[in-house]
Amino acid sequence: MEKLLSVDDLRIYFKLEKSIVKAVDGLSFDLNQGEILGIVGESGSGKSVTCLGLMDLNPQPPAYYPSGKIVFKGTNIMKATKEQLRKIRGNEISMIFQDPMSSLNPFLTVETQLCEVLIEHEGLTADQARKKAIDMLARVGIPSPDRRITQYPHQFSGGMRQRVMIAMALLCRPKLLLADEPTTALDVTIQAQILDLMKELNREYGTSIILITHDLGVVAGMAERSLVMYAGRIVERASTKDLFQKPKHPYTHALLKSIPRLDEVRGKKLDPIPGLPPDLSNLPGGCSFHPRCPKAVDKCKQTYPDVVTFDPTHNASCWEVSA
Amino acid sequence: MATPAQNLNTTSTPAQSNLLEGTSLWRDAWNRLKKNKAAVVCGFVVVFLIIACALGPNLIEWIFGYTYEAQDLSYGAKGPTLRPFHLFGTDFFGRDLLTRVLVGGRVSLKVGLIAATVAAVVGTIYGAVSGFFGGKVDDSMMRFVDVLYALPYMFLVIILVTIFEKSESLLFVALGLVGWLTTARIVRGQVLSLKEQEFIQAARSIGTRNINIIFRHLIPNTLGPVIVYFTLTVPTMILQEAFLSFLGLGIQPPKPSLGTLMNDGANQMLVYWWTIVFPGIFMSLLLFSLNFLGDGVRDALDPKMRKD
Repeated sequence: MEKLLSVDDLRIYFKLEKSIVKAVDGLSFDLNQGEILGIVGESGSGKSVTCLGLMDLNPQPPAYYPSGKIVFKGTNIMKATKEQLRKIRGNEISMIFQDPMSSLNPFLTVETQLCEVLIEHEGLTADQARKKAIDMLARVGIPSPDRRITQYPHQFSGGMRQRVMIAMALLCRPKLLLADEPTTALDVTIQAQILDLMKELNREYGTSIILITHDLGVVAGMAERSLVMYAGRIVERASTKDLFQKPKHPYTHALLKSIPRLDEVRGKKLDPIPGLPPDLSNLPGGCSFHPRCPKAVDKCKQTYPDVVTFDPTHNASCWEVSA
Repeated sequence: MATPAQNLNTTSTPAQSNLLEGTSLWRDAWNRLKKNKAAVVCGFVVVFLIIACALGPNLIEWIFGYTYEAQDLSYGAKGPTLRPFHLFGTDFFGRDLLTRVLVGGRVSLKVGLIAATVAAVVGTIYGAVSGFFGGKVDDSMMRFVDVLYALPYMFLVIILVTIFEKSESLLFVALGLVGWLTTARIVRGQVLSLKEQEFIQAARSIGTRNINIIFRHLIPNTLGPVIVYFTLTVPTMILQEAFLSFLGLGIQPPKPSLGTLMNDGANQMLVYWWTIVFPGIFMSLLLFSLNFLGDGVRDALDPKMRKD
């Protein structure tokens, strides 16, 4: 398989008045063509910032990149000119946002918003763009797309708006789709439909997808490989199957224990992870998970653990698993 | 789960067709405005006054032969009469006051509309650019606005009038110079909060150019407050014009404006009461209707503001 995207030692910090928030701190991963990669983690673990960072959309200042390299199809995103970036955005890499209710401009018709991307990137005429947009709306399951397209976002329900967002993201047949919690704002049945739709489009167009979520269930059904992020770093990476069957990192264990399972005794209480995610501007020394980790030893407080490899696709950063 | 193609077939029924019209937020606001009786009545009054000002003087000249500057010293100042056709009476020089009021209204409306439009356009673009780019650009652009705000307005106008010849265009410049400042501040504030919204980020994420983000995505979203401010600026500008003309700094005789007419009228009102009463009524009616219309527009564009 061909490598589409490679991220190497990406760091995204935010400079505040008195402190520096290390939202992403040394992230490295690769993504193959046509692959669905899951990124899991609690709120505030740097998932969304990573996602925006891949398109260089974090507002600078306050964001800045102390180090890192993002290579997408041979182009280093971080060194690209504004014009290059603009051509990549929406055309080669596109993004689905978390909240479909606020991601569409309330003053423009769906048509204007969909055609904008086509006219910008493919130089189509308004008529051609309209036709293509209608096809895509039909493709994502919007009934009577030729008439719905003349409507305004407030005339669509949440699930429909998310479909419109997906249609917009896929109009130029991007190579990479960044889905930043695409189903968090939707109810469960709509969630399933949207996820199925994304999977279908992935199969059909060969679009690679980075699926960012805090919902392990979403990852289980979608991604071949998954990364677990904690405090801006990857703590474990594995095939999704391995991640669920033989989790190594205590954080992954804790995450899995905190979700309900069908095969468990009914009435059993879930185990939440004690404590709060760390303050990213004031990370604890050593492993950032140690204050909440049941297996923490003295060493964890001093040095950040090395990566321990279990098999070629599975590794984790933890002193306890290496011992 | 049904495939998208099946969804398409099962849910697309003709029964829905009425719901499928695109209704823009502008259309919604228009519908709300139409339900506001006071605003509709005032809207008609404004339209009537505009038409009267636009066509009235020519019509009178065509039928009766009076122009706003044609004097009839032998006739002199007389009260309202139907025959000869001096509904508002005549002034000291025997000029038909109705014609003069309508021509004055023409000038006032022109000044009001043009000055308010210039203020809205310049202010919107200035504010949107300032808010969008933020940082140092924003700082310097807004400090410039602050500086203009701080200049004593009357002083500025008096200086302008003494340096340049008194003319109508100078009046536009003087009024326009200050009018856009508030619009710029309003729009900047709006843009500052709008640009953080997800749909702006979404627009960036599909590679939209900055200029399109400003003009297609940001400005339409700020137009609500701008329009409201515009409708309330028109009467303010008319009032300002009248004020400047009253002081003798605006429109110069023999050309009438509502301000000069009332100035003349004020000098003679103890003798010729009609020379102040009719221009005064006309101006009050115009300002009252414009303000009411503006209020109606505000309620229509911002339903949350309404108390009911």
